[in-house]
Amino acid sequence: MAEKSRWCSVWIGSETGILKGVNVAKKQAFNFSDFSTLTREQEVSAMCWGDDLESEVLVGCVNGTVKTFSVEKGKFTEFRDCSGGEGPFRGLAVHNSSLITCVESGVLKVWKEGCPDTVEVNVGRDVYKMRQSTSEGHKVAIGGKENDLKIWDLQRPEEPVFKAKNVANDWLDLRVPVWIRDLQFLPESDKVVTCTAYHQVRLYDPSLPQRRPVLETSFEEYPLTALSLTSDANSVVVGNTQGQVAVIDLRQGRLLRCLKGFAGSVRALQCHRSLPLVASCGLDRFLRIHNLEDKHLLHKVYLKSRLNCLLLTSRENIQEQEEKVQESQEEVKDDDIWAAMPTVTDEVSTKRKIKKTETLSTVTKDKSSLTKKKRKSVT
Amino acid sequence: MVASDNEEMDFAEPQVKGKRKKKDNKAESAKKHLKEKDAEMEKLQPTSNGDNNTESCFPPTFSVSDIKNKQRRHFMFMKLKQQKKKEKSDLKKKRKREREALGDKAPPKPIPKTIENQRVYDETVVDPEDEEVALDEGTDEFSSYFNRLTNPKILITTSDRPRGRTVRFCEQLATVIPDSHVYYRRGLALKKIIPQCVARDFTYLIVVNEDRKVPNGLVLCHLPNGPTAHFKVSNVRLRKEMKRRGKDPSEHLPEVILNNFTTRLGHSIGRMFASLFPHDPNFIGRQVATFHNQRDYIFFRFHRYIFKNEKRVGLQELGPRFTLKLRSLQKGTFDSKFGEYEWVHKRHEMDSCRRKFHL
Repeated sequence: MAEKSRWCSVWIGSETGILKGVNVAKKQAFNFSDFSTLTREQEVSAMCWGDDLESEVLVGCVNGTVKTFSVEKGKFTEFRDCSGGEGPFRGLAVHNSSLITCVESGVLKVWKEGCPDTVEVNVGRDVYKMRQSTSEGHKVAIGGKENDLKIWDLQRPEEPVFKAKNVANDWLDLRVPVWIRDLQFLPESDKVVTCTAYHQVRLYDPSLPQRRPVLETSFEEYPLTALSLTSDANSVVVGNTQGQVAVIDLRQGRLLRCLKGFAGSVRALQCHRSLPLVASCGLDRFLRIHNLEDKHLLHKVYLKSRLNCLLLTSRENIQEQEEKVQESQEEVKDDDIWAAMPTVTDEVSTKRKIKKTETLSTVTKDKSSLTKKKRKSVT
Repeated sequence: MVASDNEEMDFAEPQVKGKRKKKDNKAESAKKHLKEKDAEMEKLQPTSNGDNNTESCFPPTFSVSDIKNKQRRHFMFMKLKQQKKKEKSDLKKKRKREREALGDKAPPKPIPKTIENQRVYDETVVDPEDEEVALDEGTDEFSSYFNRLTNPKILITTSDRPRGRTVRFCEQLATVIPDSHVYYRRGLALKKIIPQCVARDFTYLIVVNEDRKVPNGLVLCHLPNGPTAHFKVSNVRLRKEMKRRGKDPSEHLPEVILNNFTTRLGHSIGRMFASLFPHDPNFIGRQVATFHNQRDYIFFRFHRYIFKNEKRVGLQELGPRFTLKLRSLQKGTFDSKFGEYEWVHKRHEMDSCRRKFHL
């Protein structure tokens, strides 16, 4: 189990509560959960890496428990009851060895190790997503239904650092409704990209005095459920409830390309940190990995339950693991052969060399005669 | 008069001659074409010998569709077809002769290829011993029915202002499905009907959609929070249109047959149909409802059977007959705008291969 878990490059949480690891190079999926103790209350609603080295996976379940899974050991090591408000987890994050959890009812808690005290912040009702900033671990962004984007600094939990303002009334002079389904911080800045259930993609910049979105585009007519920034942070991949996935440019706000092959709603998307890959999972029970540049579907793995959350490693060698293993095996064999052959000293070697050369010449002559014969038979 | 006849005759004759000439022309042109073909072949052959190693020679690209004259083209095409037919029948006769000559030693007849035989391998086909699928199905929305905790109660309604055929179809459906109630849809929104149904312990909501006085769609919504399936309905035959039908169905609970729901999606749909009917069928009634899936089309039939002896059964078709095709399966109750779809039929992506099926 430990070996299998070490080679897994994608970790997926399903609705039945099973944590799955997928080895993309070998197209194998492994279940790392005990079937006998599973119920629907253990449905995975949020997942995150336990540390920067990606050696631990934190799995948040609907009933309020957070399980720690060790990739090295291949099993769950810790169970923590992190129940706060009502509803499933909408975001999990780790900062300085303390755990940040956010529940749907808006209760955001920071759990310190060993310490029963928690810092509790009420971030509003109906939260749909909470994410941590990649550059500053103490900043989190929150969005939800009729709960516009708010960025909180956990060192000053009384008030949000940035509170977004709703877009101007539409052409009928009606208030535009707000329902943020997914959001992500841009790397090395405070900017946030959000996607809404009203098929809009918006970019906010807290460093500007403008509290309204800097950029707004829309895609198709169905709610956008998942979002992920590409490795160069110039474009964003969004997926909606009908299984339509598109890559949208953030600089101009236009559609770059669409990825095909999905049959059901896309629940989670993640782009690789450096390679042009995007992994996606959804209600149609498949994990798909697409190439972002030429839209090809690279891998498609059937995992028998509906999939909720996804974590992709930032390792570079996702697709080449098998070849490396084979090469190392061949090298080992060659070394053995060379070691087994007897060493040759000088005096004996001259005679052997002569003999060798003679044999070599005869061999070459034979070879040439053979080839001549072959040629004759052809003509 | 005679002169006019003669004139007519004069007019007539050249035409006949002309037709004959045309036919001769066709035959001649056909022959010419064949000769041209042969000439081309001869021209190419000496060059092909020399270019064996370096270049590959292409056959003369002459196709029947290159002839501009429609009658000649039609004639050549008929000739081509006859030639192919002859080749095929010759091959068949040859094989038959060989088979008879071999007698007992002949190899077994090859199985003819059908589209069902050639079906593309689907990795989502459910293995009956799969633990994970068993776990998933043991805890999903239908588990309360399969664990005998709830009994089905169905509400059948239509789209707004239904016409005669649809109304009669709903009435007949209500006789076929036990414990079902037909209500007139008075322009009410489905999202408002659903909480009321849940409050009155309904387990299913069926909405028959009508287009141009004919039912053409079916929305099957499992309550309280179950999946919603949207089907396309075709080929509806009401009771009076059935030939050799039996008397109307009685109040006995029918048996249910679900055929060929093999994939994971097929399993979910099959379970949906199964939970429409109550658990213990009355075998005294000898009635059976069949949902047969073939090539992604689900055929519904309602029969009464009688065993004449141990090996022979008599079947009498009662009740309506219709065909369904799944268009989408949505998680949660009916919410086409904000609901999450588990499976959506995308025609251009999914229907490109004739041998790939999803149910």
